Amino acid sequence: MVGITSAGAYVPIYRLARGDIARVWAGGRGVAVAGERAVANFDEDTISMAVEASIDCLKGIDREQIDGLYFASTTAPYREKQSATMVAEALDLRREIFTADFTDSLRAGTNAMRAAIDAVKAGSAKKVLVTAADCRLGALQSEYEQNFGDGAVAILISNSGVIASVEGSYSHSNDIIDLWRTDTNTFVNASEDRFSVTYGYLENVQEGVSKLLERYNLSPKDFAKAALYAFDARRHLELARNLGFDAKTQLQDSLFNTVGNTGAAYALMILAATLEEAKAGDRILFTSYGDGCDAYILQATDKIGKLKGRKGIKGHVASKLPLPDYTKYLRYRSLLGELALAGEPVATINWRERNWSVRCHGSKCRECGKIEWPIQRICAYCGAKDNYDEVRLSDKKLTLTTFSKDSLARSVDPPIIVCIASIEGGGRFYAHMTDRDPDKVEVGMPLELTFRRLYSKDDIHTYSWKMRPIR
Amino acid sequence: MESIKDKVAIVGMGCTKFGERFDVGGFDLIIESASEALEDAGIELKDIQAAWLGSSGFSTGQPLSHALKLNYIPVARVENACGTGLEAIRGAAYALMAKAYDIVLALGVEKLKDRGRGGGGAEGETGKGPQPSYGIQATAPGRYALAATKHFATYGTERKHLAMISVKSHHNGARNPRAMFRREITVEQALNAPMIAWPLGLFDCCGVADGSAAAIMCRTEDVKKFGFRDDFITVKALANSCGQGTGKNREDYDFLHWEETYRASQQIYQQAGIKDPRKEIDIVECHDCFSIAELMCYEDMGFCQKGTAKDDIEAGSFTQEGYERGGVAFNIGGGLKSFGHPIGASGCRETYEIYKEIQGKAQEPSRQLKNVELGMAHSQGGHPGNFVCNMALYGIPGK
Repeated sequence: MVGITSAGAYVPIYRLARGDIARVWAGGRGVAVAGERAVANFDEDTISMAVEASIDCLKGIDREQIDGLYFASTTAPYREKQSATMVAEALDLRREIFTADFTDSLRAGTNAMRAAIDAVKAGSAKKVLVTAADCRLGALQSEYEQNFGDGAVAILISNSGVIASVEGSYSHSNDIIDLWRTDTNTFVNASEDRFSVTYGYLENVQEGVSKLLERYNLSPKDFAKAALYAFDARRHLELARNLGFDAKTQLQDSLFNTVGNTGAAYALMILAATLEEAKAGDRILFTSYGDGCDAYILQATDKIGKLKGRKGIKGHVASKLPLPDYTKYLRYRSLLGELALAGEPVATINWRERNWSVRCHGSKCRECGKIEWPIQRICAYCGAKDNYDEVRLSDKKLTLTTFSKDSLARSVDPPIIVCIASIEGGGRFYAHMTDRDPDKVEVGMPLELTFRRLYSKDDIHTYSWKMRPIR
Repeated sequence: MESIKDKVAIVGMGCTKFGERFDVGGFDLIIESASEALEDAGIELKDIQAAWLGSSGFSTGQPLSHALKLNYIPVARVENACGTGLEAIRGAAYALMAKAYDIVLALGVEKLKDRGRGGGGAEGETGKGPQPSYGIQATAPGRYALAATKHFATYGTERKHLAMISVKSHHNGARNPRAMFRREITVEQALNAPMIAWPLGLFDCCGVADGSAAAIMCRTEDVKKFGFRDDFITVKALANSCGQGTGKNREDYDFLHWEETYRASQQIYQQAGIKDPRKEIDIVECHDCFSIAELMCYEDMGFCQKGTAKDDIEAGSFTQEGYERGGVAFNIGGGLKSFGHPIGASGCRETYEIYKEIQGKAQEPSRQLKNVELGMAHSQGGHPGNFVCNMALYGIPGK
């Protein structure tokens, strides 16, 4: 039996009220969409968000057992260069795994899920992690600027320990220009939305669901929940009504009013939220949309309770900070220009130092047992040379030892909170604090580590770990 | 190990006006400080047999020779971050002790303002250097502030104590014609100034300046032979402590002290036979790039117990008035606080201040202290947990 064995999610901490966007454009096209949207912090991108969701998904699971990682996004940080590799390094996965990026379609997330299911069925992999993330830019003033949200999701596909089995699937492809972007476009282009919704979204998903139900001889009443991709909140309801699902009892919340449309991650995020609430035996209809439709019948098993203890969608949606204004959003997305940083090309350094900077390994001295980060070849405590084991520190909790609020350092979001913290179980960490309220930083506060993009220079993105207040 | 105590003499010194010297170039700064030093020593350039150039920005010894048209003599360029100026003096002193040369020049210089450089390296680190041990960005104030936060949390020190240090230094610097900033400030002004890196505000931070200072040195035994004046000072001790830079990865570094400053001061006290620095040393020109740096010096150099600096600050122990009551004067020249910090020049500038105070020639009479016999200079580069510290002790020969 192949299916989902775990799921995790990530929603960035910042939320922007859609009314705040609309107000800026008032008098023109400034019509507010209801609710708020999630906004990735300035140091986040689809790689870092995928790492977060994957860590959530892999909680309590031996990472050595993962033998494939598929990353799906329409907004990967590089046009040429795989992102799955960086996600795998940050997760501290084995080197002998298969990685791939799925991209260029809002369906990339479920495309990757399909490939993972097929790989497990074919026996070429036992446990494949599928992670999807998006951070799309809707054109300024457009409703998409308000509709889109940033987020990530991760599901683990395997044939053992399944919490939701794949009972059936259906896919078709359909070429249409509804939402698209070329290499040189900053913002997503959109066709007339009545065209996109009628002949794209509604027609394709309705076709997909009816073919799927027909194939397996099921009807809407046979499902506990319908986890349906949402074009927006209104069209989500319209789709459910057309399909014959009861909006009150069967339709899974689309997260549209709390997070927004998260692109390639969106359908899987709605699915992850469904699984968080599912009971053993629940049959779930799951669809995505984008250049066609992927539709699945899933059924929660008696192991569904294993999902507990993850932050998931629910935990991340509840944990939030308000983004004070629209200008911050523009700065975070570099729409007011890039922050100029000094520095040198870092490809060689990033490669050479990746075990501590990306994998978050410290050195644990074999002679005195002390842990140091970054990795020290000569132990600062006992002087032992090259006699250490590398230990992963990214999953440890920390306590703030001392800090400063550096307003002089260049940052998109000053002040930089410079931190020294002690690591649970030994060691000291030196890094910035992110996702924080500068007025609520104090010595002794508990912290956790989060993978972030430190800076970009010469088109090279440099990633490492920062601290943040426990979410 | 042979002691250097009293074996090397400083017989002439020069110091430029420090500040935004857009009017002159780096060579002009060198000429300005070297000329004063030569005139003070009563010799000519041709009498110099070897030179040490301390600069973080100028590479090789050539700028010194280019500026002064030295006669193809040996010039070593030294660099030890903020300790560079004292490193030049250290190199020159040991060459004299080795009897490699008889009369030498040690000159520190920095020309920072042409590059529009902001204070404390606003860029922060972006992983450059041979070993990018920490790929994070933080400025010098951002790093020093880590210690201030910890000192506050541990010992109850407050921002007002740091402000009082700055008020004292500006009070001194306002009366120093060579200083960059010559205005007195109040504690209220310091506390209400814009925040640079909390808890350090604008007046907790030194500025960035251009400047140069120079020393002419020979062996003490040769002072008379070469006809130098008899108000020369001698080197009592020289120290350098180069830390392991492990403060950010060792759990036992407490951010409550400067280990390198402690170690260097111990080297100084051992070489010079100092038992009780507070009783024996008259003045200290210390590296007050930030107010917290000076506070740590009070404690780590042994002028007061760890954690008690705030009591001495409140008592005014390290002010001019404190000195007159039998205390120790810190940064009577105005410190980096008033002079700014042209990296390679600062250590030589501190030495200049001590030289003048011992000679009774402080540029303004109201700043001249009575009976100064022993003065200590201190420079440290890097940041808490990762310093290189240079120190020097100077005094009246034989005392």
